[in-house]
This record gives sequence, C-alpha cells and structure tokens, in this order.
Amino acid sequence: MPYFYTEFKIKTNQITVHISDSAAKILVVDDEPNIIVALEYLLQREGYEVFKAYNGQDALDMLVSLVPDVVVLDVMMPGMDGFEVARRIRQMPALELAKIIFLTAKGTQRDKESGYASGAEYYMIKPFENEVFVSTVNEIMAYG
Amino acid sequence: MGLSLVIGCSLAYITLLFLIAWWVDKRAERGVSVVNNPYIYALSLAVYCTAWTFFGSVGRATTGGLSFLGVYLGPTLLAPLWYVLLRKMILISKHQRITSIADFISARYGKSTLLGVLVTVIAVLGIVPYISIQLKAVTFGINTLTHYGSGPAPLPASILLDAGFWVTVAMAVFTAIFGTRKLDPNERHEGLVAAVAFESIIKLVTFTAVGLFVTFGIYNGFNDLFTQAAFREDTARMLTFESSGVTTFSWNVLMMLSLFAIILLPRQFHISVVENTSPRHIPKAMWVFPLYLLLINIFVLPIALAGKMMFDAGVHPDTYVLSLPLAKGAAWLALAAFIGGFSAATSMVVVEATALSIMFSNHIVVPLLIKTRSIGDNDLVNGAARLLDIRRISILLMLFLAYWYQKSVGNTYDLVSVGLISFTAAAQLAPAMIGGLYWKRATHQGAVTGLIVGFFIWAFCLPLPSMAQAGIISNTFVSEGLFGIAFLKPYALFGMTGLDPITHAAFWSLFLNAWAYAIVSVNTQPSMLSLTQADLFVNIHKYISGQEYDILKREAKIGDLKAILHRFLGEARALTLLNEYQTANNVLLDNQKIAQADLISFVETNLAGAIGAASARLVIDSVAKEEQITLDEVMRILEQTREAVQHSRIMETKNEQLKVLTLQLTTANVQLKQLDRLKADFITTVTHELRTPVTSIKALSRIILDDYDQLDAGRRKAYLEIIVNESDRISRLINQVLDIEKMRSEQQAQPVDSVDLREIVLTTAAGMQQLFAERHVTCSLPPPGESLQVQGDRDKLIQVVVNLLSNALKFCDQDSGNIKIDLQCKDQYVLLGVRDNGLGIPIHARDMIFEQFTQLHSHDQGKPQGTGLGLFITRKIVEQHGGTIRVESEPGEGSLFEVKLPLFKQ
Repeated sequence: MPYFYTEFKIKTNQITVHISDSAAKILVVDDEPNIIVALEYLLQREGYEVFKAYNGQDALDMLVSLVPDVVVLDVMMPGMDGFEVARRIRQMPALELAKIIFLTAKGTQRDKESGYASGAEYYMIKPFENEVFVSTVNEIMAYG
Repeated sequence: MGLSLVIGCSLAYITLLFLIAWWVDKRAERGVSVVNNPYIYALSLAVYCTAWTFFGSVGRATTGGLSFLGVYLGPTLLAPLWYVLLRKMILISKHQRITSIADFISARYGKSTLLGVLVTVIAVLGIVPYISIQLKAVTFGINTLTHYGSGPAPLPASILLDAGFWVTVAMAVFTAIFGTRKLDPNERHEGLVAAVAFESIIKLVTFTAVGLFVTFGIYNGFNDLFTQAAFREDTARMLTFESSGVTTFSWNVLMMLSLFAIILLPRQFHISVVENTSPRHIPKAMWVFPLYLLLINIFVLPIALAGKMMFDAGVHPDTYVLSLPLAKGAAWLALAAFIGGFSAATSMVVVEATALSIMFSNHIVVPLLIKTRSIGDNDLVNGAARLLDIRRISILLMLFLAYWYQKSVGNTYDLVSVGLISFTAAAQLAPAMIGGLYWKRATHQGAVTGLIVGFFIWAFCLPLPSMAQAGIISNTFVSEGLFGIAFLKPYALFGMTGLDPITHAAFWSLFLNAWAYAIVSVNTQPSMLSLTQADLFVNIHKYISGQEYDILKREAKIGDLKAILHRFLGEARALTLLNEYQTANNVLLDNQKIAQADLISFVETNLAGAIGAASARLVIDSVAKEEQITLDEVMRILEQTREAVQHSRIMETKNEQLKVLTLQLTTANVQLKQLDRLKADFITTVTHELRTPVTSIKALSRIILDDYDQLDAGRRKAYLEIIVNESDRISRLINQVLDIEKMRSEQQAQPVDSVDLREIVLTTAAGMQQLFAERHVTCSLPPPGESLQVQGDRDKLIQVVVNLLSNALKFCDQDSGNIKIDLQCKDQYVLLGVRDNGLGIPIHARDMIFEQFTQLHSHDQGKPQGTGLGLFITRKIVEQHGGTIRVESEPGEGSLFEVKLPLFKQ
C-alpha cells in the first residue's frame, strides 16, 4: 500500500514542508449509509484512513481535531448542505491544505459551478465509476 | 256710412260664400269636382294675398317705396321651380295621405311625434301675429267706413263694444263652419277652396277698381299721377330704390322669406298641397299665380302716391284704399273695397286657422289622447265628432290669441311689419322641409335641433322685443341684452348692427337653424323608419310608378282595424272604405282573422288622412305588431343601421366574454406555471432519489465483482444485502411515483364500495406479523368486533394501513419496539390510531412529514430506508376518502398517527 511521506506546497513567499509518516486521512460525508459503506471499502483498500460523518454539522465538528487530507462531500444532506460545509472548511486556516471532492447526485452545470465556487477541487457525479473515484483521490494525494 | 250697412253687406257676402261652398260640396258629393281646374287652383293659391296685400302694401309703399314688391317677387321667382318642388311635395303627400306641413315634416323624419308637436307650436305661435293683422285690418276697415270724416274712432268702453272683438268672434264662427263642417279623410274641402278662389277674384276686382278710380277718376291716368308725384319730394322718394332705405341685403332676405312663405305657410301648404286635386294643375298655376300677383300690385304705387299727396299724417296709409274713395264721395266703391279687404282677411283666416287646427288636433291633442289612453279600446264616443270639436275649440283659441296679440302688441306696428314676423317664423321650417326632400342623410335629431334653434332665435329677436315694447314684459333685455350681455341684444345679436329687426332676425335664425340641422344630422344615426321614410321622400318617383310596396311587415286582427276605423272616421265612412277594399281585393274581411299587410296600410293611410301620419302610426301600433323586414331596399338600409347596431352589440358581448376568458386564462396560466414548477421540482427530487440507491448498488456490486476473492464471505453477504435493499427501494420508489401520478389523474373519482375497516386492519396487521417478529417488535391489535363500514377502495385503504405500520416499524424503539393499533367509532367517524414508542417527531417537522420527499434523519444513522413518499401517499388516499390524518408526538415518547374516516351508513 502506498504511503506518502512528503508533500511540498509553494506559497507566496515561503516553502512549507508537510511531512507525515502516517496514512493519509480522508473524511467521507454522506447521509446515505450504504454509499458510505462502499466509499469506506474503496478508500481503505487504497490504504487511506477513513472517517465517516452522516451530516454536515457532524463533519465540521470532526474536522477541527481531525485535519484530514481529503474531504469527500455529498451535497444534499439534511440540515447544512455540502456547499455550505465546503465554504466553512475554506474559512478554517488549519484546513487550508485539505482537498475537497464533491460526490453528489446533483449533476447540472449550475450545481458544478456552485461546487467549485464554494472551494472544492473536484466535482464528481453519482453514480460514479469505482476506478475513476479511486484514481482521482490518488492523483490528489500525489500531485495536489 | 252706417255700421248696420257695413255689417249687413259683410253678412250678405259671407252668405254668398257659403252658398258657393255648399253648392261645390254638393257637386263633390255627386262626384263632380268643380275645383278640379287649374285656374281655380291658381286662384286659390292667391290666398297668399291677404289684408296685408290689400291694405298693407299701400301703407308699406308710402314709407318703403318699391320695397313692398319683395314679398311678391320671391314667390314669382320660385314659381318656375314649382314643377319640381311643389310637384314632389304633392306626390309625397298624396302617397302618404299627408294633411299638413307638420304632418309632412313629422312623416319625413320617421313619423316623429316630437317633430309634429314642434312644427305645430312654431306654426301656431308664428302665425298668430299674421292672423292678428287680418283682424286688425277688418276692424279698422269698419272703423274707417263708419267714422270717416268724424275723426279717429273712439276707444270702446267695453270689450263688447269693440268691433275687433266681434270681428274675431265672427271669424271664429265662420272658420269653424267652413273648415270643420265634416271630417274628410284627406282633409279636402272643395267648398272652401271654391270660396277662396272666388274671394281671390273679388280681391283683385275691387282693388283694381279702386286703382282705376284713383288713377283715372281722381287723376288723369298714370302719366298725370306719376308726373305730379315726381314734383313732390316726399312722393318722388317713393319711386326709387335708393331712397327707400332698404339695403340690398334686406331686399334679398325679404325675397327669400317670401319665397319660403309661399310653400311653408300652413295655409299655402294646405291650399297648394293638401287641397290639390291633381299635379297636372301645376304648369298652369306656374304662370297664372305670378300673373295674379302682378295684377294686384299694379295699382299699389298709384294709390299710395295719391294718398300721400292728398292726405296729411292724420290718415293712416294702411287705410288709403278706403279713404281715397270716401274722400271723393264714392261710398259704394269704398264699401266694395272693404268687401275686397274683408275677402282677403277672411280667406286667409279661414284657411290658416283650418290648417292650424288640423295640425293642433292631429299632432298635439290626438297623440296626447292616445298616450293617456283617453281613446280606449272600448270607447264608444264618436272619435270623428270629438276630433271636430277639438278643432273648433282650437280655432277659437287661436283667434282669441290673435285678438289679444293685436290688442296688446299689433296696434303699435303697421300691417307689413307684423306680417313679416310670421314670415320669419314660417321660414324656420325651410331647412327641415327642403333638406328632407333632397337630403337622405338628414336625421330626426338634426331636424329637431334646427327647428328648436331657429324658433328660439326667432322668438327672442322678434315677438319678445315687440311684446317688451308694448309693455307686456320688461324692456331691459332689449336695451341691455339678455342677462345684461351686450352680445345678446335681440336687435343686435352677436354684435351685428345696422340691419332692420326682420332682416337681422331672419339672418341669424335661419343661419343657425340650417347649420344646426346639417351638423346634427351628419353626426347622428337615423332610425330605421326614418331611413325608409327618407328614401320614400327623396326618391318618391320610384314609389309612385306603380311599385307601391309595404316596407314594414305588420300583423293585426281585422276586428281591431275595423274598430279603429269606426272610431276615427265614423261608422258610415268606415263601412264605405271597408266595402271598397273588399270589392277591390275580392276578399271577405273576417273579424277574427289576421289582416294582410296591405289592409293595415290601407287603414293607416286612411286614418292618416283624419288624424295625421304620426297619430295614425301610434293608433295602428297599438293593435299591430311589426315583423321582420323582407324587402331588398330595406335590407340595404338594414346594412347601414340594424346590422351595425347588432354587430356592435355582439362585439360588446364578445368583448365581455373575452375579458372573462382572459381572466380565466391568466388564472389558469398562473396555476399551470405553479404546477409546472412543482412537477419540475418533483422530477428533480425523484431523479435524485433514484440516483442514490443506484449509486450504492453500482459501487457495491462493482466491489464484489472486482474484489470477489479478497472479500470475506461476511462482507460479501452484507454488501449483497445492501444491494437487494437498495433495489427494493428503487422499485418502491417507482411504484409510489406511479401511485402519485395515478392519484393525480383520478383526483375527483369517488370511492364506491363499502368496506369494513376493522377487517382490513386485522388482515393487514396479520400479514405483517413476520416483519414485526424479525425486528422484535410487539404489536397489539384492536379486538375483533362489529364491522366498521367506510365507503372506499379496499386496496387503497390496505395501502394506508401498510404505510402506517411500516412507518411505525421504522421509527419504533430499536431494542424493545412496541406498536399499538387502535380502532374506534366516534361521531359518525371511524378513528384508526397507530402508536409507536420511538424517538417522536420534532415539532418543526410535524407539518412537513405529510409532504412528498420529507424524511426524518437521525444523527448517527443517517437516512432511514424510505422514499419520503409514504406518508404523502397515505394522506392523499385518506383525503380522497373524505377523511383526515394527523400526528401527535412527544419527543422520546413515540408518535401517534390517527386517521379519521367518515362512517358509512346504509
């Protein structure tokens, strides 16, 4: 299973080196338990450490201590929707390196634009291809 | 000369006239028409020459010189046109049985009652001054004869000693006897016409005799007379136009007034049109009548000159015709001249008053009686006799009105000035009359407006100021203008000065009358009857040439028509007419049968002869019903009027309907848009709800396929179970969406079967025991008992129970689940309660759970296994069955869903 020891991120005037010797952490947020079952299996198979949340508020609560590398977000959830969760993440300095992937059944062009505008790096539509989802997460972890 | 001699001669003369009239009437009854002769016709037209001509022209000549001729030049100028104008008027009048000028104008504009009244009022009030001068002339004729040489006549001590009063009474009686002896359906009075023609001869002969006496008896012929006159300044003045003080404009107006008067004065219309026996007399009359005018005017100037030279101011010029023979001792000639003047006056008064009385009774009294139903259906009073009485009374009234006018106003003016006031009044009828003959577009409203405008200006500018000057009414409006407005001075209207009162009044009244008539006509729509009459009047030749037809199709009972004829024409005349009709048409008239259109027209035209067209129409209308119109000509008129009206009505209705439709469409559109948005929302939600289980199924089945060997058996089983559950979810969702669609399409369908709800609940719960057991949920059922009948669809009600139980199962406590089903009957309703012991429903969600795609979530479990449509469908079914559903809940204590359905009663 691949491990990622170093990651370089160039910011305006300094070089931050993020070094980790543990498995990359991924938070999966969705109100459908069965979808989380599938995502959990796929990500664990790739060697990632998977955390689960069933709604937006729970996810935000967990993020503060968790500081995951990737957040996989559903959009239509009871209470706070995925776009709002993404915006809040982008306001957290501690999570500035975290990548956000939307994984949602909402597939119109306008939904996609809202997704990117709220600060996400990727936007994937349900139902998804397992291989595509996995390789996307892997790419993010490899190249940022 | 003794008074008794004068009265005796007058009475003898009148007796002679009666004998002539009586003889002529007798001949007429035997079918021999004495007056059916062009010369008699022309002589009767000379009723135009009244006492005004006989005495007044001489008076006028002494002040206005040759201007007296204007009054005779007008008719002379018009005479060549008679063949066109008068002939047309006669043809129309004979065709329509028109009996007076009021009748004529009223008939032209749709047999209008209002116009009949208006013309009658103008004629009566306008002609009163004219009649008054006849009375005056006769009175001072008598006074001149009886008091010549003994100074002016003394003022009478009482009215009974006033010659004028007795002259008035005599004239009234004379007129009543002549004009209302019998009721002729055509208002033909042959005796009267003969007497009038005879009087015309007497007028001409006596006046010429005086003229000859003056010219050749007193002077030595014309040469001598004119030469002597030329040497005197005051008489030389009379021989030129320039010195007469009459402007060219006044001269033209005077000619125009007399030109109108010859056809529009009621007596001229009566004699020339109503009494006309044949249009063939017109060509002769066209030269005989002007010749008569010429002859009677030859000696006016010689007599005036002689009088002026012989008398001082003490002798009134209007009496020269009598004073000259008297001065020269020719008393017999003076008496003859008086008889001539008396002839002129009586012929005028008799014909005028008769014509006016016909108008008065036919256009004011009869319409009033008909409207007030004084002539009822079963009125046995003889209508004909009653009509004659009305006429006699109206003659008396008019003559005494003239007497009063002469006493109070007339004495301050000479004969001609007063006469011209009447000419101006008669001229007001010209626009409506001449326009009506040649202008089809002229409307009833136009005629009414023109007449009212003309009449009021005439009254304001002529009779009212003359009454003011006589001291009957206040004089301030004459000197300062009406309401003190200088522009409204009756002798200088709108600031126009420099004209004599007659010219001034004639100009303004006719000018504004004609304009009002034209402008209002152009801007109003004629009624249908008015249009048909207009066509008939303007194109009378088309109707006369044999193709007489009925324009309006009407229906009436023959009995009713007979009764009307009896009432208005008398029994004998009615019988004669009906027999004539039966023989001519070879039919037998049955009282109970419906009359043919031609019989109705026959009755109406004969009736019109007795009571006027407008009144006859009113009477016929009371028994006849108008039907639709069939003729081509009328169809064309229809195009212009009725269709236009109908079209606009239809358009109005359509417009209203359109407005309503537009409103309905707008509302429907709003509802549709709303529905459309709801539908779009629904589809978006449904697709999302379908994608979610598909996502799980696809991802997990792929995992099993890809990693089959790596996965342990437990995981494989767990994943496959999820796949099965999610597939079920999809089918459930699809079924429920279809259910909803089905419910939408049969929203109004009423449940028909009567089903037992207790049985349904028990059966359904029993069927779900397996499920309860799997989840370790206990379920308490209602006890079996009497059936609870509700009206509805069994399958749908089962679905309600299943949904409620599944819902309870889903939400009840995970470890020690308990569901309680309750069933009871209360106030004609069946109550079904399903209670669980789950978490309960938060207050904010209680209203939402019955809406589509609303689901409750728990924090740690995520979404329950449902579609979000179950309770929505349940609510819809319950509502379709006329029931309600509600939820009671305590957080942590579980929820109670209660369905209330109406109990079905046999």
